Amino acid sequence: MSEMITVVIDGFEVSVPKGTLVIRAAEQLGIQIPRFCDHPLLDPVGACRQCLVDIEINGRAFPKPQASCTIPVETGMIVKTQLTSPVADKAQRGVMELLLVNHPLDCPVCDKGGECPLQNQAMSNGQGSSRFEGVKRTFEKPINISSQVLLDRERCVLCARCTRFSEQIASDPFITLNERGALQQVGIYENKPFESYFSGNTVQICPVGALTGAAYRFRARPFDLVSTPSACEHCASGCDMRTDVRRGKTLRRLAGEDASVNEEWNCDKGRWAFKYVTAVDRLKVPMIRNDSGELVEASWPEALAVAAAGLKSAKAAVLVGGRATHEDAYGYSKFARVVLGTNDIDFRSRISSDEERQFIAARVVGSSTTYRDIDKADQVLLVGFEPEEESPIVFLRINKQYRKRALKVVSIGSKESIAVDKLKAEFVKVAPGQEAAAIAAQKLTDKSVILVGERAAESAGALSAVAALADSTGAKLAWIPRRAGERGAIEAGAIGNLLPGGRPVTDAAARVDIAAAWGTDSIPAEVGRSTSQIIDAVNAGQIGALLVGGVDPLDGDNNQAALSALDKAFVLSLEIAPSAVTARANVVLPVAAVTEKSGSYLNWEGRARSFDAAVADSLNRSDLRILSMIAEEMGISLNLGTVTAAAKEIAALGTWDGARATFNSVSARPQPSLNSDQALITSWRRLLDLGTLQEGEEHLAGTARRTVAVISPKRAEAMGVVDGDQLKISTSQGSVTLSALVENIHDDAVWAPRNSRGSQLLVNLGVAHGAVVTVVKA
Amino acid sequence: MTKLAPVLSAHWDEKDSFTLEGYKRHGGYKAAQKALTMDPDAIIQLVKDSGLRGRGGAGFPTGMKWGFIPQGDNKDHYLVVNADESEPGTCKDTPLLMANPHVLIEGCIIACHAIRAKHAFIYIRGEVTHVVRRVNQAIADAYAAGILGNGVDVVLHVGAGAYICGEETALLDSLEGFRGQPRLRPPFPAIAGLYARPTVVNNVESIASVPAIVMNGAEWYQSMGTEKSKGTTLYSLSGHVVNPGQFEAPLGVTLREILDLAGGVRPGHRLKFWTPGGSSTPLFTDAHLDVPLDYEGVAAAGSMLGTKALQIFDETTCVVRAVLRWTEFYKHESCGKCTPCREGTWWLVQILRDLEDGKGTEADLAKLLDLCDNIMGRSFCALGDGATSPITSSIKYFRDEYIAHLTNGACPFDPVASTLFVGAGA
Repeated sequence: MSEMITVVIDGFEVSVPKGTLVIRAAEQLGIQIPRFCDHPLLDPVGACRQCLVDIEINGRAFPKPQASCTIPVETGMIVKTQLTSPVADKAQRGVMELLLVNHPLDCPVCDKGGECPLQNQAMSNGQGSSRFEGVKRTFEKPINISSQVLLDRERCVLCARCTRFSEQIASDPFITLNERGALQQVGIYENKPFESYFSGNTVQICPVGALTGAAYRFRARPFDLVSTPSACEHCASGCDMRTDVRRGKTLRRLAGEDASVNEEWNCDKGRWAFKYVTAVDRLKVPMIRNDSGELVEASWPEALAVAAAGLKSAKAAVLVGGRATHEDAYGYSKFARVVLGTNDIDFRSRISSDEERQFIAARVVGSSTTYRDIDKADQVLLVGFEPEEESPIVFLRINKQYRKRALKVVSIGSKESIAVDKLKAEFVKVAPGQEAAAIAAQKLTDKSVILVGERAAESAGALSAVAALADSTGAKLAWIPRRAGERGAIEAGAIGNLLPGGRPVTDAAARVDIAAAWGTDSIPAEVGRSTSQIIDAVNAGQIGALLVGGVDPLDGDNNQAALSALDKAFVLSLEIAPSAVTARANVVLPVAAVTEKSGSYLNWEGRARSFDAAVADSLNRSDLRILSMIAEEMGISLNLGTVTAAAKEIAALGTWDGARATFNSVSARPQPSLNSDQALITSWRRLLDLGTLQEGEEHLAGTARRTVAVISPKRAEAMGVVDGDQLKISTSQGSVTLSALVENIHDDAVWAPRNSRGSQLLVNLGVAHGAVVTVVKA
Repeated sequence: MTKLAPVLSAHWDEKDSFTLEGYKRHGGYKAAQKALTMDPDAIIQLVKDSGLRGRGGAGFPTGMKWGFIPQGDNKDHYLVVNADESEPGTCKDTPLLMANPHVLIEGCIIACHAIRAKHAFIYIRGEVTHVVRRVNQAIADAYAAGILGNGVDVVLHVGAGAYICGEETALLDSLEGFRGQPRLRPPFPAIAGLYARPTVVNNVESIASVPAIVMNGAEWYQSMGTEKSKGTTLYSLSGHVVNPGQFEAPLGVTLREILDLAGGVRPGHRLKFWTPGGSSTPLFTDAHLDVPLDYEGVAAAGSMLGTKALQIFDETTCVVRAVLRWTEFYKHESCGKCTPCREGTWWLVQILRDLEDGKGTEADLAKLLDLCDNIMGRSFCALGDGATSPITSSIKYFRDEYIAHLTNGACPFDPVASTLFVGAGA
């Protein structure tokens, strides 16, 4: 408990923690002092001068009004705001009049009109009319400072919120204030657009209509929007969001406020990638494949009948992607066991391993490392994880602690990333595939936090080394997948070795638990197949039917086998849009996108992020509802008619309190020997890339990082390659040719983005990490 | 009673006053030698005892400023010399550095010793290239002579032409390579200044005054000046005077005395108004000829001693026009950080331009004053305050002249009459 200080504001006493600013102490009393530059998460600047108040301390009055956003409370302080001090009131009205001198007052055509702090405070604390009769300064309006952020310099009140955010929160100081006097303006560096992954936050915190997003500009008036609190479906960070809908169409998404998760920020993908929901090719009606092999529209009863018959016709398995909600994943999990009578279910539609599945059962399910642990950590170790690209809010949180107290960050990887540079992290450079030894060599304490990404599964022995390191040091461990639904899928048992609530399939008591709750005779006792095993089993003729929900078969390293399995088996696809799965499916049932349904995600912490349907009148149904309908058609009741019913059932089941699954360590593989024209590929998915949920948003895509192939200076010298030369990376499956960039990367490695324009490694090469590829100058 | 008391300017009339040799001929660098044998705290005490106050305008006691630097903190300390002399009318540091750059370097050595700094930075206004060259040469000569580089290094930095960089925290930002804008205080420079290290920022004249104090003692310095304003200082006379220039006199001298020394207002004319300390200090009129020009005397008469830049205007000058010119300067130089200064100066200029053109009504004068009230004391730094001073003081003393513009429908003055070349023929 920090020291409390009591001050008097407008005659009322209030006690606040030492260090609290006057403006925020006033808020505690419900006294709203007008402000523009002040923002609780940014350092005070005192620039706009709107929040002037009269202050005296122990009888000594300041000779002139003070900016309440810059002054911390002190014992004996008496504050008079505009409510009780005529001087403060006149000062505020005077500043407001001055702020409007050069403001265009184009509210009728401004996106901010109706939700504008300048408009609102001009009404509450301004004059009502201006005495200014002169000439305003004018600028060209608007100008692009990136493909998605537009700047109207005439409207700008120069509060520096945007520039301070970019520097202090995102560590992307790509915009600054330039020029001086009334010509001062926000600007970018020459030929360097504002390409920050977090640029959208500046639009949200702009207190006027100076910064607007290209996608939303001139689309709506705020008072025509219906806002629904929601959760972000793009990654496992778990951002609180707000979705603004007009007449059934999502027009805008904003960062919500959650101090323990995303504070008030989100990333540009979460903010701007939502066009896929309204894409023209959205699936709206059921389809079945006719005798001539074409997908044709069908009625629901017809499609359900075909689906049920197909699943009954052969041994079936379930592939559910990492994007299902917790409740939907639970539906798939229960469907697999109760309706299909199998544990052959896996949510991992990506490169995965048996080591990872063991690690999930032994270490991840039920774990509770949180953002707060990062706040308190003495050190953060990143393994197979690029927070800025793969879980941006985790990056912001680490960055906050780095900026605040120089938090030590160590990153084990093959290529130094931009985030590693921004965090001044210690970069432990290893050859792709050789992470385990470097992990074992780390020195941590029980105050340390290990953040391990899903890519650790791509390196044999890495997760084993992480588990051993956590055991030997007592460090907190968190596994951070990329996709929003993976943690929920784990807790829901949408994986072959776990039942809901973290119950090991191999534990008889756990099976009895679940069988009793579900009112079924028994749960299959054998551990189910993994994604790759299911694919292999289909190709071997052991499985004949697949229930597939939200999976892109090209996301794995066995994608050719996956496609042939989809060709071979009876496939029931639950999807929102046409995909490689629907192209091969026998029955396609359309499902609701996230804004059209309610539910929850569990973020990487395991924290529930629940949301209601933002589009209230959507005709699309959740996966859960449709699974129930299929089950009915197959003569079995899932008893999961609604999301609420599923949530209740999950809560009633509770979590497993018996023994956890054991973890069998896996050893690292020796590094393959390399010829001079060979390298080990390594890659990660960038935040902004060709991901399906980013489709249709060209403004966002315009700020994606450039596609390059990265090699080390030593290799570049040996090859006679300089930045900008073309490099050809190839395997037996294919090749990519990319512009070279010489950077800090392991000499044995070559890096390229995993799924960016011109570089879709899993499709083009069939490998993404640790495999031998040929690298030549093209 | 008062006569000139040249200390800083004692040898400016010698041809080689700016050279190391010329400086040494009159005991140059002896004070530094002496100071380096003294305990640093004793030097701070000496400067405190001397009563030396900041010559940059605010008049803060120099020794006290030095005393604020935390000692034994195992951090680097810095001395920064503010030579960004940019205010209209202010012209003391430029001639001082032209005539005797070594006295500043010697002052830097002493001050660095006192505050336990190893580096001094001299931030010079970029437009005065000749001064930059001269100081650079002096620094090079001092290094060559082993005077610098043995414990104290001096770096000269050239500003890029912004008045705001004379504000000490804006100067520090500029020196660090950022755009010059004033910083939020606290932390004050004494705690976190240049590169977030304890830093003393002093005016050129303040630092240049230190060697003489070290050589002659605090009592000698105290013997000059008035009760609370000790020592001698440079008064810069410009405008409608017979012999403009720098006049070094004990603090407390009056304009009447200095004008006498300067040969008076130009023949055939009489004093109309003047600034005591540059354009940001409220105007005085001929009623203030006997105001003692020390910190307290000028303040008591409603203005500020500032930089002691005495700009003299005779009766041919239109005060509205003069104020408009100054206001245009402030509009041009406003850094843009805070609303009152940025937007206020933009607006003030437009109102004043109309008034000078005889447009508007008396109500505009009230609006102008109210606007000044909304800027004065509301801006982030003193630049905004300074912008209002000439306006409010000119309306105070010359309201009738403003109104004459309005009744006349135009400026009643012939602008040529106020020029120095009037009557010179084509």
